[in-house]
Amino acid sequence: MIARVAGAPGRSALWLSLIAIAAGLLLPHVVFIGLATDIVIWALFAAAFDLLLGYAGLLSFGHAMFFGGASYVAGLLILRSHWSFIPAVLTAVASAALLAAVVGLVSIRRQGIYFAMITLAFGQMMYFLANQLGDLTGGQDGLQNVPRPALLGSIRLDDDRVLYYLTLALAVIAIACMLRVVNSPFGRVLGAIRENEQRATSLGYRTNVYKFVAFVISAAVSGLAGALFVIAHRFTSLDTLDWHTSGEVVIMTVLGDMGTIFGPLFGAPFYLIINDKLSTLTTSPGLVLGIIFIIVVSVFRRGIVGEVLRMLQRLKTEPAQRPLAQH
Amino acid sequence: MELSYLALQIFNGLVSGAYYALLSLGLAIIFGMMRIVNFAHGAMYMLGAFGAYLAAKYVGLPFWWALVLAPLAVGALGMLFERSLIRRLMRLDPLYNLLLTFGLALVIEDFMKLFFGTQGTPYAIPASLTGMVNLGITGYPVYRLVVIAISTLVCLIVWIAIEKTPLGAKIRAATENPSLTQAFGIDVSLLTTLVFGFGVALAALAGVLNAPTTNVTPSMGSDIIITTFAVVVIGGMGSIKGSILTGFIVGIVAALGAVLYPPIANTLIFLLMALILLVRPSGLFGATESGAR
Repeated sequence: MIARVAGAPGRSALWLSLIAIAAGLLLPHVVFIGLATDIVIWALFAAAFDLLLGYAGLLSFGHAMFFGGASYVAGLLILRSHWSFIPAVLTAVASAALLAAVVGLVSIRRQGIYFAMITLAFGQMMYFLANQLGDLTGGQDGLQNVPRPALLGSIRLDDDRVLYYLTLALAVIAIACMLRVVNSPFGRVLGAIRENEQRATSLGYRTNVYKFVAFVISAAVSGLAGALFVIAHRFTSLDTLDWHTSGEVVIMTVLGDMGTIFGPLFGAPFYLIINDKLSTLTTSPGLVLGIIFIIVVSVFRRGIVGEVLRMLQRLKTEPAQRPLAQH
Repeated sequence: MELSYLALQIFNGLVSGAYYALLSLGLAIIFGMMRIVNFAHGAMYMLGAFGAYLAAKYVGLPFWWALVLAPLAVGALGMLFERSLIRRLMRLDPLYNLLLTFGLALVIEDFMKLFFGTQGTPYAIPASLTGMVNLGITGYPVYRLVVIAISTLVCLIVWIAIEKTPLGAKIRAATENPSLTQAFGIDVSLLTTLVFGFGVALAALAGVLNAPTTNVTPSMGSDIIITTFAVVVIGGMGSIKGSILTGFIVGIVAALGAVLYPPIANTLIFLLMALILLVRPSGLFGATESGAR
């Protein structure tokens, strides 16, 4: 998309990581464990989404297909085939990546609103498919009573706290890997493509390949979040594949500040908590989501982290030294 | 397969095509002028249907009046949204307006759900249009033929208006180069608002036409909008004519596909979209990449 902070620079990145990890460790003491696990899962999903939106400049409106798709794969493997944690999660992640490879193959050549519409349509197709294959997916009922899988040998994940810290550890590792990716030469090329694709092409980069790889990585990490979701909740349903879910991850990312990976880590809990509070006022989740969307897009486009970083910067800079051309 | 059955399915396809054509035509006009994709288009379609239903219920407004008045009302609402919300984001990346109208769509749909629930209510076919007509190979409901006729007629009029009239010339000029058009003394800002209002009025018209053939529900808009986006991708958002033709073509292909292999009915349009993207990435009637990415 357009103007954004040019990535969280070195020092603030270090601080933000420490804050994020500390917040993650403290979270179960502040909110109840189920919400804490949800926050980590959605933060991971939103960070994965930001890799695509903030760095490659591609707005996918169908990311629910990777999240929900992986939740079904992991859920089925655990429920029907009694797989343990690691192989089930790995297979779910691989299948999300594979799905992204197929979808990416046909859609990556288009950009902007076209890419958004195409991914939305494919997402909806997966929703219809899951609904239609009722024998496998349980149709409208979804997958119920998915047992917590064994982690290693006889160690099970029935304790919510154990699962929480495992989820947190996996999220930290996945996000560290994504940060490594966006700060690598590969990430720089992605940034160049986002700013000016024609120029990147004329410099000799095969831009579609870069975007394709970013799409697959983003989908794989979204798949990890989806697999953790079904394990944490012990069920999954068509809601995880619904386009509202795709919309939710978009708004968490924009709310947090896209193009930072860190922003969504704060945008996700912020959204989940507002949603949690507002849901007590009204029974319709779409009304809440829609109003948040309109407000954020109209007046709050820089997101929370963006605003805070900018305020800090302003505090550091003496008024006289402030650069003239501030956006 | 019997010929009459096949003919029946082709007519059914034309009816779905009639809705797709009106919806994608509206999207194309708005896109042409403003370079934005109106996600709330489905919600406007739903409001059109509700407008007809509510007007009939409370003031006994006949169908033919609803056909004119509901789109006018929804068009006015659209212009209000354009002036108050969409306009503010026009200078930014068009994706922001996609997100904004997505939010609008959610709010409108759930707002209607608060009042009308999710079940939906039937809207009677006008008495003069009930019954069947014998077409030789097959019988077909009169009302559905009227839907095809009205949609075709409106699409034709809009196409001619844009291609052949002075007003259309102004719109095309403003599409090509807004600032130069403004310099010629044409109020581009007003024109933009009117075009947006007209585009959503077309969606509302499709909604009114659809109302008697189905239950009027708050979710009817979100059900059709994603399919319409697929239609738009198949056609490419380059041309007015293309969006109309694609609407009808996709309607027929989807209906025939569902005959050949029923389980595929829901997903066929999306598969068709994938196929087109592989063979012709810019769509059937799409302009080059530079025109509409």
